[in-house]
Amino acid sequence: MAELIAKSPGAGLHLPVTRGGATLAEWLPGAITSVAPFAGAGDKVDAALTPLGMGFPAPNGMAQGKTARIVWTGRGQAFLIGAPAPEGLGAVAALTDQSDGWAGLRLAGPAAADVLARLVPLDLDSFAPGTAARSLLGHMALILMRPDPEVWDILVFRSMARTAIHELDTAMVQLAARAAG
Amino acid sequence: MRIPCPLCGTRDRREFTYYGSEDYANRPAADAPAQAWDDHLHNRDNPCGPTRDLWYHDPCGAWVRVHRDTATHAVHGSDLVAERGQA
Amino acid sequence: MSGYRLSAGGLVDRSQTVRFTFDGLPFTGYHGDTLASALLGNGVQVVGRSFKYHRPRGVLTAGSEEPNALVEVLDGAQKTPNVRATVQEIFPGLAAQAQNAWPSRNLDLMAVNDLLSPFLSAGFYYKTFMWPRAFWERLYEPLIRRAAGLGRLSGRHDESRYEKVFAFCDVLVIGSGPAGLMAALAAARSGARVIVADEDARMGGRLLADRPEIDGMPGDLWAAQVLEDLAGMPNVRLMPRTTVVGAHDQGTYAALERVSLHRAAPGDAPREAFWRIVAKRTVLAAGALERGIAFCNNDRPGIMLAGAARAYVHRYGVAPGQRVAVFGTTDSARQTARALQAAGVQVAALIDPREDASTLEDFKVIRGAVVTDTQGRKGLRRVQVRQGSNTFALEADSLLVSGGWNPSVHLACHMNGRPVWDDGIAAFVPKPGAVPGLDACGAAAGRFSTAACLQDGLRAGLAAVADLGLAAPALTAPQAEDGSYDITRLWHVPGKGRAWLDFANDVTVKDVMLSAQEGFRSVEHMKRYTTQGMAPDQGKNSNVAALAVLADATGQTIPGTGTTTFRPPYTPVSIAAMGGGGRASGFAPQRFLTSDAASRERGAPMIEAGLWYRPSYFPRPGETGWEVACDREVRMVRSAVGVCDVSTLGKIDIQGADAGRFLDFVYTNTFSTLPVGKVRYGLMLREDGHVMDDGTTARLGAQHYVMTTTTAAAGQVMRHLDFVAQAHCPDWDVRMISVTEQWAQFAVAGPRARDLLRAVLDDLPDLPFMGCAEVGLYGIRGRLFRISFSGELGFELAVPARFGESLFRDLVGRAETLSGGPYGMEALNVLRIEKGLITHAEIHGRTTAFDIGMAKMVSPKKDCIGKAAAARPGMHGPDREQLVGLRPVQPGQRLTAGAHLFTPGEDVKRENDQGYVTSVGPSPSLGWIGLGFLKNGRARVGEMVRLVDHLRGLDLLCEVCDPVFLDPAGEKLRG
Repeated sequence: MAELIAKSPGAGLHLPVTRGGATLAEWLPGAITSVAPFAGAGDKVDAALTPLGMGFPAPNGMAQGKTARIVWTGRGQAFLIGAPAPEGLGAVAALTDQSDGWAGLRLAGPAAADVLARLVPLDLDSFAPGTAARSLLGHMALILMRPDPEVWDILVFRSMARTAIHELDTAMVQLAARAAG
Repeated sequence: MRIPCPLCGTRDRREFTYYGSEDYANRPAADAPAQAWDDHLHNRDNPCGPTRDLWYHDPCGAWVRVHRDTATHAVHGSDLVAERGQA
Repeated sequence: MSGYRLSAGGLVDRSQTVRFTFDGLPFTGYHGDTLASALLGNGVQVVGRSFKYHRPRGVLTAGSEEPNALVEVLDGAQKTPNVRATVQEIFPGLAAQAQNAWPSRNLDLMAVNDLLSPFLSAGFYYKTFMWPRAFWERLYEPLIRRAAGLGRLSGRHDESRYEKVFAFCDVLVIGSGPAGLMAALAAARSGARVIVADEDARMGGRLLADRPEIDGMPGDLWAAQVLEDLAGMPNVRLMPRTTVVGAHDQGTYAALERVSLHRAAPGDAPREAFWRIVAKRTVLAAGALERGIAFCNNDRPGIMLAGAARAYVHRYGVAPGQRVAVFGTTDSARQTARALQAAGVQVAALIDPREDASTLEDFKVIRGAVVTDTQGRKGLRRVQVRQGSNTFALEADSLLVSGGWNPSVHLACHMNGRPVWDDGIAAFVPKPGAVPGLDACGAAAGRFSTAACLQDGLRAGLAAVADLGLAAPALTAPQAEDGSYDITRLWHVPGKGRAWLDFANDVTVKDVMLSAQEGFRSVEHMKRYTTQGMAPDQGKNSNVAALAVLADATGQTIPGTGTTTFRPPYTPVSIAAMGGGGRASGFAPQRFLTSDAASRERGAPMIEAGLWYRPSYFPRPGETGWEVACDREVRMVRSAVGVCDVSTLGKIDIQGADAGRFLDFVYTNTFSTLPVGKVRYGLMLREDGHVMDDGTTARLGAQHYVMTTTTAAAGQVMRHLDFVAQAHCPDWDVRMISVTEQWAQFAVAGPRARDLLRAVLDDLPDLPFMGCAEVGLYGIRGRLFRISFSGELGFELAVPARFGESLFRDLVGRAETLSGGPYGMEALNVLRIEKGLITHAEIHGRTTAFDIGMAKMVSPKKDCIGKAAAARPGMHGPDREQLVGLRPVQPGQRLTAGAHLFTPGEDVKRENDQGYVTSVGPSPSLGWIGLGFLKNGRARVGEMVRLVDHLRGLDLLCEVCDPVFLDPAGEKLRG
């Protein structure tokens, strides 16, 4: 039997790229499942997530387990990233497969926050490592995570990968050129 | 302009979509008289001073009721439309 | 020759010579020079011509408020007019030109205006260009436009880089003079996050211009020490070359940074950056601006503000003239005379209007005296002085003037707070609390001595720290000069000639008086009548004096006269900077289908659908134009099989115990009764009864639906669903999320659709029309829907997006073996028009379910959004324009969308309008056909209507027909 070829959102978009103190690379987070607890099922959702070493996150929250991460992504909604949904979760929360809906990018380095400050209207200095936020990258819907002080994980809609990379790269080019002056 | 999202915290106005007066959240009964529907859909005060209006925080999907002042531009606070009190 | 470079002194780097040109002539300056200081150092006195009278003008100030020395810099598309020479730093290769002078600044033929000045007084345009009315647009406006304006743009696209940046801090300090530095130090030492913004390239403010002694050391050295201290703290960001231009709501400040305008080779660095700074507290330490005195011919090159002259001497090592006279109402004038004397410049005299002024100086002091007039066309030669009843002339090539200082209150007034008159300093000061969280201090608050600035800055910094709940650091203000500010009011020296107030717009004392005389007595009226304060400097040099003159003319007090409204920006901001980052995909993101590359390889031109790019058609060799390709693709779908990427349609996953009930509420029809494995077309209204969107929704499980929306309305529908759920039924158990991007979805349509799917799927389920099922293919799981937007037997096959491109290539390749292939938007459009299927061309926001013939879809058994409003009078009935089909009476005639419909025989005018055309397309079997809305249209099927399109010159007869042109019984799609 023939096979369909899987293509990542960033394929052919010339990553990774390093300019000045920042590196932009495609980030392949693996499985992404949206988890929206049904009415009154908060405790049961936490219980179902326990095997992964995490609970349902608070707004702007993120929990990192050994293999997976759960990130708050909106009102009553979180993304389980990097592991399949554990047994029993589907009975207490609405689950959807989001693995193919998002383009993952990782921006890292000492200048990464300065790059993002060109595109994201958030106070990035106060963005504690280990937290996340929903916001905008330019005009694009954004899920922003800061797993480590100098690492920013970015999710934008898959179809916008090219624009997101272009906008981030432009910011990186200009920031590097400032430093060269 | 900066608007507090009860979930995400205070954010730049560009993250929000404006709808209008909080009246829109108070839907008349299906069999309410035509005048009640007229008022709900079309008749609005134009307050100079305290007002409460509806904004959608696009990033997180929350509808937010914002308490603000049209005269001073002060923003006093906000609550979730889904959990709004009837105050 | 007039100004010259002193043999020593200044903060410029004399070891680095910089070559530049002005009006094509080569000059040299030093690193650290502005264009103004370099030109003065080279003895250039005339730097430009005035706006209206084309009078020769020289440098007046040493800051961003400069009204005279406006130049054009850069060549090509980036040519930038109205650059203030007092701000522009020189760099190797800088090429600047004087503006508003023709043919040159030394010989300006437009200077004839100066001789005509008796006719060009305030209100000249208003009085002259009135009659006849027919001349307004054709003659007067072009004439006025040609004469007006300061400098010219290139007229080309500015392709250079600009950026926007977001920044946040606890304390924003605006200005880095003594007050700003103390405030910054206090805030920074408390641990607060501090941003210090200063519009100058070098921070230090008046400490650089006056170099007052602080704690026993020169002010510039003290500033350098503090700045070094601040730069070493991780919680401090120093932003030189950054002008805070606007104070906005909730502590948001706009700031313009000149990033590379001073660099010879900027590379990829942006020219400017537009910052949005959000601050919890703001300290306004923007200093004060010196004001002149209006006397006859006070605008000659060589006449400069006294404080500016000190800046040129101390900071740039440049003398403003060989022999200077100083005239002023405060000790700023005396200070200037001393500074120049100390620098070795010959001081002709200090002219002080105060009778009791001390004469104990090493230069001549003429007290109780005023300057009444000056001479020297292209450079000052002589100053006329009146002392008591004596009038005499004084030889001087430079006259330094001080009429007092105006605190820079602007930002404190941006939220509509008016400043307050302080009689003690004869100036306006900020009204406390006018901008929430903003505290003015130092000279910006009317405290002028260095010691007072240091102390007040410390106070403001500590106050901000206390507001933020941080512990105050141990910090005391250093020792410095603390003289009193003793001012004599003198706005205007009466005399015969013209005395300038607004140099940039050529507004004189007489103009303001004339304005009052002619009834424009309010300050806002005077401003607009005379144009005082409307030039690039926005009246920074002239506002207070002008309203003092107006107050005098109207018999009012100055505070009674009041100020005009202060609005952002504080200094001019280019539109390019404000729009920084907003070009191309920064303006609107581009969304690409997974099949994008495959479609482009086939030569498909792309068409924008919302933010998406979709293939318009797939040209074959030899095909000329879209219509040929479209025709072939339509026939292909009707006779074989076509493949089309429909992934752009919005897809919303809806789950929960109340999901069906919720859909019943947002759709006009019922979904709670839909069996699992079935799909239903749904119509969605706005609460005002008009159609919002339509689409199919499939039931995947007992509590699981997936809704499709139109491409353009996907975002709006999601927002609407969230609103209904959160506002009207927050207790229902419904969970929604967009899955638009998760699935790549392809329409497979045509009589051979099953053949194609059989080749791809593990098993083709026996789906009835409007059925759906999960399917397996190539080892993955997909979703198959039997739905059709073409009227043919049709399916839509969805797979996870990572496989989208591969599946598209596979489907298209296999379709071609079945005489099929891909089809684009043009064919899709024709196919759906032939079937009378609507898009947002029809449901454009003003049509009702009744209008589109779907009134019966509004279920009588339940409530839904929009139901009550849709039932109201006027939303249905024979007066409504209703959806109809249209075909030209003469076959082959073309139709256009946007054309209007009229009853044959009636005049083509608005009152007779019967409707309009929304969609048209060339059907291979029927010729051009269209959909439109016609008054009482359904009752008029078979009638003729006249279709008129004035824009595209169409006027033809059409037959009104049913909107479903083909297969009205739907036999093909059910087959």
